[in-house]
Amino acid sequence: MKRVLVLFAHPSIDRSEVNVELLRASRDHEGVTVVDLYAEYPDYRIDIDREQERLRDHDVVVFMSPLYWYSTPAILKEWQDLVLEYGFAYGHEGTALRDKLLLCALTAGGPEKAYRTEGFNHYTIRELLRPIEQTATMCGMRFVAPFILFSARTAHEESRVRSHVADWVRLIEALQRDTLDLEAAARAPTLNPMIDARDAGDPA
Amino acid sequence: MTDTLLSAFIYLAAAVVAVPLATRLGLGSVLGYLMAGVAIGPVLGLVGDETNELQHYAEFGVVMMLFLVGLELEPRMLWSMRDRLLGLGGLQVSITATVVAAIALGFGLGWQTAIAIGFILSLSSTAIVLQTLQEKGLASTSGGRSAFSVLLFQDIAVIPMLAVIPLLAVPEILAAADAAGGHGADTGHGSSSLVAHLEPWTTALVVLASIAAVVLGGHFLSRPLFRLVAASGLREAFTAVALTLVVGVAVLMMLVGLSPALGTFLAGVVLANSEFRHELETDIEPFKGLLLGLFFITVGAGIRFEVLFDNAMLVLAGTVGVMVLKAAILFGLAIAFRVRRSEGWLFTLSLAQAGEFGFVLLGFAVGSRVVPPEIAPILALVVGLSMFLTPLLFIAFDRVVVPRYTQDAEEREADSIDDRGKVIIAGIGRFGQIANRLLRANGVETVVLDRQVAQIEDMRAVEVRSWFGDATRPDLLHTAGIDDAALVIVAIDERDQAVEIVENVKRRHPHVRVLARAFDRGHDYQLREAGADYTVRETFYSALELGTRALRELGMHPFRARNLRSTFEAAENEVRDALYAAWQRRPDGERMGRDHHELFMQLDAAMAEAMQRDRDDRHSRAERGWTPPPKGYTSEFRTDSAGRESDS
Repeated sequence: MKRVLVLFAHPSIDRSEVNVELLRASRDHEGVTVVDLYAEYPDYRIDIDREQERLRDHDVVVFMSPLYWYSTPAILKEWQDLVLEYGFAYGHEGTALRDKLLLCALTAGGPEKAYRTEGFNHYTIRELLRPIEQTATMCGMRFVAPFILFSARTAHEESRVRSHVADWVRLIEALQRDTLDLEAAARAPTLNPMIDARDAGDPA
Repeated sequence: MTDTLLSAFIYLAAAVVAVPLATRLGLGSVLGYLMAGVAIGPVLGLVGDETNELQHYAEFGVVMMLFLVGLELEPRMLWSMRDRLLGLGGLQVSITATVVAAIALGFGLGWQTAIAIGFILSLSSTAIVLQTLQEKGLASTSGGRSAFSVLLFQDIAVIPMLAVIPLLAVPEILAAADAAGGHGADTGHGSSSLVAHLEPWTTALVVLASIAAVVLGGHFLSRPLFRLVAASGLREAFTAVALTLVVGVAVLMMLVGLSPALGTFLAGVVLANSEFRHELETDIEPFKGLLLGLFFITVGAGIRFEVLFDNAMLVLAGTVGVMVLKAAILFGLAIAFRVRRSEGWLFTLSLAQAGEFGFVLLGFAVGSRVVPPEIAPILALVVGLSMFLTPLLFIAFDRVVVPRYTQDAEEREADSIDDRGKVIIAGIGRFGQIANRLLRANGVETVVLDRQVAQIEDMRAVEVRSWFGDATRPDLLHTAGIDDAALVIVAIDERDQAVEIVENVKRRHPHVRVLARAFDRGHDYQLREAGADYTVRETFYSALELGTRALRELGMHPFRARNLRSTFEAAENEVRDALYAAWQRRPDGERMGRDHHELFMQLDAAMAEAMQRDRDDRHSRAERGWTPPPKGYTSEFRTDSAGRESDS
């Protein structure tokens, strides 16, 4: 079974409606390590050695957070700055992350159609995540499309949270059992339709 | 003297055996006391008729209980429950009394007797219900509060009932009693009265003046008096004052013909805002507990089995009938007043019995020739048995009602973050104040205790709610609400007593987390050994702050200074743990141990080294923040990763 590490970043979890549910579902899932970064490092003093050890111990790394200014919340960027050191993650001897999987589980305020060339955000979510994708590439990791919930601010009112969380749990299971088609996942715009399709085609 | 002590011994021993047993079996202390009474009274015959006499003294436990209830209830809260008090209470008493009277009429009793029986059976048992609600932690639920409103109304309603009953005297019973040469009416209450021979309007004046005396005296005189006694530092002096207060108010109320329970309740409400509240509660509590226990024992001992066996069917049918009828009326009221779900059931089941005031009214009604002496023992049995059955109804509530509704509740919503318990802060000096302000500013409920009256007064002057009391007393922590507290913060100035508080709390309330302020390393170790979950040396963080500032003053970049500070803090914490482990191994009687001193020197040197040393010959530990890659590192990538760049 693949070992999944969820790096969770939400600076104000008591106001969260979706991420808090994803966090809870991840914690309840056996075999998943969940790190609430803001809880563990409330003053941003990330323990580099501990975080590098965690990375070594897992096969799948998940950045779980809301999308802030087309990127991650600050602590997750701080985490990248500090933990992905030369000689560990990249560079001549930096092979610790080689062939591990990197995945973003995001929530975005804007609707899906905003993340198009003609939409008000002008770029697709894959285009906006290029810095993270290239970071993964630089570290020799496999990057796949994000698992994302659009229009997240109204998801609660429109009762979309529960099904999104259920999809997330199915995705965790697929990651653990290594049943996700990684080639297709690397090309896809988002992972969400792949989970739904799996579910529709394979009731088990 | 020997006899008195012997019977005291019998009562106490019976309680000692029965109460822990009953609690162990999940039956609650009230049932334990009742069974103890049955055992020493009708079963073993160890005690006899003196139980009736004793019951009058034991009823003082009810008076004390209402004083304590009043202390918990600020005037504002009392006002906010006026609707329930008058609505629920008024309807419960009037409907129950009417229906019972109608049924009694149907059995062919005279209308006067029927009304008296209605009065008697409409009352519930304040003693059993409040005690059980508190024991089970249900007192502040909506069902518990509704039940309390009704009980309070009943306690008030007893007064007019006592006034009305003599007017109901039945000529036939009077004649029969005269023929038998029976004893005169004895109320058991007004043996000496200030108002018996006064005009009605002067009576009213005296009554009003007494109430005013309680309210104004409680408000203005109690504080200087308490302060004076507290300053003496003698604990028993304060206990004496507390008892004097309760007994004095009770006597005053009886002299003017009011219910002593009501009077002490009023006194309690007046003192609810006083900074001495928790100390008063702590002092009265054991007396109340013992007297109430005694009261329940006398109820158990007073059950007369020969009457029960002679009229078994009648008594059982009467008891069950009364309880079902009362429960039905309560259930209807619960629906009408929107006391819903499990709360409604709690309200219904808790008040379905007749109560101790029923005994009082019954004795009074027999004396006043309203209830014929031949049916009085049967009524007494009905009242007593229904009280006996009440703990069983509470058990039914716990086992049947609660599980049904908690399943529903779980489906609705998981825990919310705002459901945190309150915090008790012991010591409100310079240290405690800052912690308290941070917590209060963020809506955390704190209970502040200090044993310096002057400190408490300063705090009250700036509207910080705080109480006088010695937090090393476990019972004081109990009345301050440690049972549902989440945290205790120990910030008192006395080193040894701080350790003592930590030990007490961790031993008696392992679920409560204890955060303690330490003066220095030695105190820190003591507190940790006592079980404190978190300790902080009072000087550590301010000194660290100042040191960091010094680095900045010397020209260091603020962010680098902060990082060095964090590294120092982390290293210091490691050292601290190691030193504590060494201290725990110290030889007996040595404050620190040689081991400790040597280790301290070693670790200190190791730490200085750690902060200077370059990690892997590249970075210093102090700069384990962002580290630049080596110069010229990009030449490694020209061929390496270009091929992996994907363009999808």
